Amino acid sequence: MNFDTCIARLEGVHKRYGAVTALDGINLSIHRGELLALLGPNGAGKTTAISLLLGLHRADSGTVSLFGRDPLEIDARRRIGVMLQSANLPPTLKVRELLRVTASYYPNPRAVAECAAIAGITDLLERRYAALSGGQQRRVQFAMALAGHPELLFLDEPTVGMDINARQALWSAIRNLVAGGASVVLTTHYLEEAEALADRVCVIAKGRVVTEGTVDALRAHVAVRRIRCITSVPVDIISAWPEVDSASLQQGRLVVATTQAETVVRRLLAQDASLSELEVQRAGLAEAFTEITRDSEAADAAQEAA
Amino acid sequence: MNTIEGTATPGMSTARLFNAYVQEARAEVLRYLRLPGFLLPTMLFPSVFYLMFGIFLAKHNSPDAARYLLASYGTFGVMAPGLFGFGVSLAIDREHGLLTLKRALPMPPGAYLVGKMCMALMMASVVTTIMLCLAIFGAHVQLGAANIAAFFITEVLGVLVFCSLGLLLGTLAKGQSAPGLVNLIYLPMAFLSGLWFPLSIMPNFLQALAPVWPAYHLDQLALSAIGMGQGGVLIHALVLAGFTAVFLTLAARRLARHG
Repeated sequence: MNFDTCIARLEGVHKRYGAVTALDGINLSIHRGELLALLGPNGAGKTTAISLLLGLHRADSGTVSLFGRDPLEIDARRRIGVMLQSANLPPTLKVRELLRVTASYYPNPRAVAECAAIAGITDLLERRYAALSGGQQRRVQFAMALAGHPELLFLDEPTVGMDINARQALWSAIRNLVAGGASVVLTTHYLEEAEALADRVCVIAKGRVVTEGTVDALRAHVAVRRIRCITSVPVDIISAWPEVDSASLQQGRLVVATTQAETVVRRLLAQDASLSELEVQRAGLAEAFTEITRDSEAADAAQEAA
Repeated sequence: MNTIEGTATPGMSTARLFNAYVQEARAEVLRYLRLPGFLLPTMLFPSVFYLMFGIFLAKHNSPDAARYLLASYGTFGVMAPGLFGFGVSLAIDREHGLLTLKRALPMPPGAYLVGKMCMALMMASVVTTIMLCLAIFGAHVQLGAANIAAFFITEVLGVLVFCSLGLLLGTLAKGQSAPGLVNLIYLPMAFLSGLWFPLSIMPNFLQALAPVWPAYHLDQLALSAIGMGQGGVLIHALVLAGFTAVFLTLAARRLARHG
């Protein structure tokens, strides 16, 4: 990774809230033109990391920089767009008015109509915010995040409350923005969202980056693959095979988790000529994620025991 | 590590900066103009009280009653836009995360407060105009142009002390508990400052206590503006300025610490 393109970073940042350590020496950098997804269990420190980059809180120690400046400086924040997880906007204002006031904060704003078109809310411009559904409100907040032609967008759980069509429309809008040169920091609970969008994924646990890399690299981290098929071979026999990690029947199908998929498939085909609907899948990000957080917890436990 | 992080920082022209303040104020005014739950009580309480006690029931009193009560209810009328417009709305914006979002966005520092201040000033002008119309056309109080102008300016600027008190209360209470806290100050202060009943019919110790309330000083200024003052205009004005400064300082300190 080339440091020349770094536009925002946390370096050795610690942050405590009373007795709770939210960030424990985290290092995180965001590069121009990339979409970085932050994943991690609740309370891992994702929101704290973002709020430091937005200048909402100060770090106890370490360096926080946004475009080479302190995020508390308004000039640094004029280059970002923000969509927070929980912000209730004034219910009596119309969508157009919300976009107009947000755009006024920036030196070189996008036209209201353009923001609305990108976020797919052109038909909502004259509606009051309170009259919108949860998913529509999220799209309005997304449009507000675009209002300043931001070079860097912070999207905190952007698709919560959206139906599947709205979610995919937002994903494609985000992809277009990244293609147009914007960088995005995304936090999400939906692993498929990270899978669909992210160039790079950072898994945060207990206030530190546990692992980072491309979605593929993360998935490769987990060697387990999943075999599904319909077979007459009983499950308990397959469970006993040494190559098999686990086997079960799900809705009449055999599901096998294994690190040696080829061997298992060969044995299955040899035993059951009538086997059908065979599928072999690499673990999704969900499995990778579970495994990574479990590994880091195990490592922590081992460290504490030592 | 030759970085390009710091390059091309966009500047904000003065015109655009000014526009940000205007847009923020405009949004804030629109937001509350469309909120009948705020608008109607703010306008109706003082005017209905004045209509009842200052006009219908005051017919048998001295001819100066309507004039005297114009100052009382006029002052009562500008308390609500300041206390509720600032206090309750700040508390709600804090609870709802709107203030957090605005702090993360590059909103010019101060635009948020200036916006709310414009809203309160506008509401105070509306309420004061209603009260003046009721006094002149309803109660036939004789007021010269100078009296009217002085009264209007006093009451409208007087809202600022309640804005700063509201700001302080808004940093102390969160969300749903704010209206209760504001009422706990608003109603007793109106009563103890002699806005509902003249101080002269109240127990002595309450009369002696009156100068601790900002509303008392504004009422005295408003009385002077319509020719019923007992002097001390400069002192009352200075006391109000002092209250405003103290409330603002305390509120700014709390906002900086807790956001």
